[in-house]
Amino acid sequence: MAAEALGWWGVPLGIMAGTLRGSAPFLFVSLGECLTEKSGKINLGLEGTLLTGAMSAYAVSYQLKDVVGPGLSPWIGVLVAGIAGMALGFIHAWLSQQPKVNDIAVGIAMIIFGSGIAFFFGKPFIKPQAPQLLTFDLGNWSSLPQVQSALKISPLFLLGLIIAPAMAWFFKSTRWGLFIRAVGDSPDAALAMGVSIKKVRMLCIIAGSFLAGIGGACLSLYYPGLWSETISSGQGLMAVALVIFARWNPIQCLWASLFFGGAQAIGPALQSVGIDQGRYLFNAAPYVLTLLIMIITCSPKKTLSGAPGALGTIN
Amino acid sequence: MALNRSNWRATAEAIAIPIVAILFALILFGIFCAFCGKNPLSIYGAIYSTAFGNWRTFQGTLLRAAPLMLTALCTALPARLGLMIIGNEGALVMGGIGATIAGLMLSYGSLLPNVDQVKNTLGLPSLTVQIGMALGGILFGGLWIAAVGALRHYRAVNETISSLLMNYIAIALLNHLVEGPMKDPASLNKPSSFPIPDAYQLSNISGTRIHYGLLYGLIACIISYFLIQHTTFGFAARTAGGNVKAARIAGLPVGKLTVIICFLAGSCAGLAGMVEVAAVQGQANGSLVAGYGYAGILVAFVARYNPLAAAIVAVLLGGIINSGGALQRTFNMPDATVLVFQGLVFIVVLYSESLYGRLKIFKEAEVKAPPPSAASTAVPV
Repeated sequence: MAAEALGWWGVPLGIMAGTLRGSAPFLFVSLGECLTEKSGKINLGLEGTLLTGAMSAYAVSYQLKDVVGPGLSPWIGVLVAGIAGMALGFIHAWLSQQPKVNDIAVGIAMIIFGSGIAFFFGKPFIKPQAPQLLTFDLGNWSSLPQVQSALKISPLFLLGLIIAPAMAWFFKSTRWGLFIRAVGDSPDAALAMGVSIKKVRMLCIIAGSFLAGIGGACLSLYYPGLWSETISSGQGLMAVALVIFARWNPIQCLWASLFFGGAQAIGPALQSVGIDQGRYLFNAAPYVLTLLIMIITCSPKKTLSGAPGALGTIN
Repeated sequence: MALNRSNWRATAEAIAIPIVAILFALILFGIFCAFCGKNPLSIYGAIYSTAFGNWRTFQGTLLRAAPLMLTALCTALPARLGLMIIGNEGALVMGGIGATIAGLMLSYGSLLPNVDQVKNTLGLPSLTVQIGMALGGILFGGLWIAAVGALRHYRAVNETISSLLMNYIAIALLNHLVEGPMKDPASLNKPSSFPIPDAYQLSNISGTRIHYGLLYGLIACIISYFLIQHTTFGFAARTAGGNVKAARIAGLPVGKLTVIICFLAGSCAGLAGMVEVAAVQGQANGSLVAGYGYAGILVAFVARYNPLAAAIVAVLLGGIINSGGALQRTFNMPDATVLVFQGLVFIVVLYSESLYGRLKIFKEAEVKAPPPSAASTAVPV
């Protein structure tokens, strides 16, 4: 293996490469969840949205590769993934706003339904290879193939880098951002402002699901770059914890995503230098990390700073 | 008299709404099948005949219902305390691990028996080994969910998210154990632990192919029902679930209640894992992760957290899961069809939650001035 030439330097390099590759889906899903939670609803179903997005992006990219060419078809796939996410988001938004219905329960239902839809229609696409998104190769200055492959940056990741500060600005400085924060923090105040709570939440959940769908496209069209039924393995759920970790701040969502992407890369990086013992335990690192973060940050004494006031209440 | 009547109406409501919801989900599923180019009526027929058609296939349904009854309790019991725990899959897996460890230790005296030990088992009576396995499953599964409850109470960690994360951790632990410290070298394609000797596995109820796990499930459901509805402990739990502040003022030990209920919940799912190991797989391996945990959540929801209703709903859902294979073979539909159907049932049942107390038929007729204002203020306009 080429990794042997690098020796132990392969581990930090592998983790860095994995961070750049693996954090894109985390970034999109957490931004989507952040937008949703800012309006006062939790969408646990983004796991299902992520899977549906990954499947539809892959399927569209594969089906259209001869029609529009392998350069354009993945991008149409990304768009379709977002739209598929919006469809699931609409169901969630409608159902979770019915009286007496718990939004966490709706999320569980949407995980089952979304993954069911993804596995049902994704069955024929497990084998074939779909055209992938082209990447920006920033590593051509290096002669090492590991560095070159580590610096293949996905355009979607760059898009996420732009969306995160844009969303922070949106919340802070725009009229619509104010509406969303009002609906999430104090629905009564929002009512007094003449804002329709239902409409704002509906739009936030649908837009958040759009982002989560694109996160799914990152999985199937960039890294790991295939469609299988185990492709997401809980990233949509971790987004909920990640948003808590990031204190409902889009910029911090970006740092948290990089952190989680890195945690995810520890196992494969160790494997690349020949440490195979306990690889399942290393692969569980993101879940353990999420749990630890929640144990440390949560407290029974006070509510978390930055938490939208109406989060977790049932209308 | 009036009380009796309204009781009767409430019962009718509690039975009619879930049934109509499931029928409606069936219709939606039929539309979905029609879109996929299949005849919905023949699919309904196939589901019915493989799930409940005759005694031979119905036994398969009951086999699948057994773990569902147990995993449903893992969600249903804490729900009475106001907790939404969905770590059923993880608790089932941990229970399977615990049962395997106990079973191997009690039959060979070692997790990795050598040839000698395999030939000369310790020779304990099979009842001892089975009780040991059940205790192992109960302990592992119980502690797994008790940890979720403790985190909820003492650190205010959201129990839904933590239990979900712990599902993934439990599955990783299982994979690690069966590929490393507990691996039977003979299991190449499908890494597994050493098998539990045949003599110690759960036998079938005589004359059927149903194992005694079904009885475990039924008994657990009945005990849970009495515990929650007819004991002071259950009353305390329901009080804490209804209003934590009131429970605290009344002097109820909310923290202790939370941890104990969570332990009981987890031990039920752990027992399901033990049944899967001791009666179905015969060893711990990746097949423990079969989705019974997630389906158990659905059972608990449809049964509205009532343990007795959960036993009935488990049989219904067991039938649907049982018919999945037939759908695959006869109609050439992917195995995820059952998952889609489960999702549809879940969505429709959740919507039906909002109908309780809103339908005219189930309202008290004699009371001329019911408080409609209560209903209308609940919905912000």
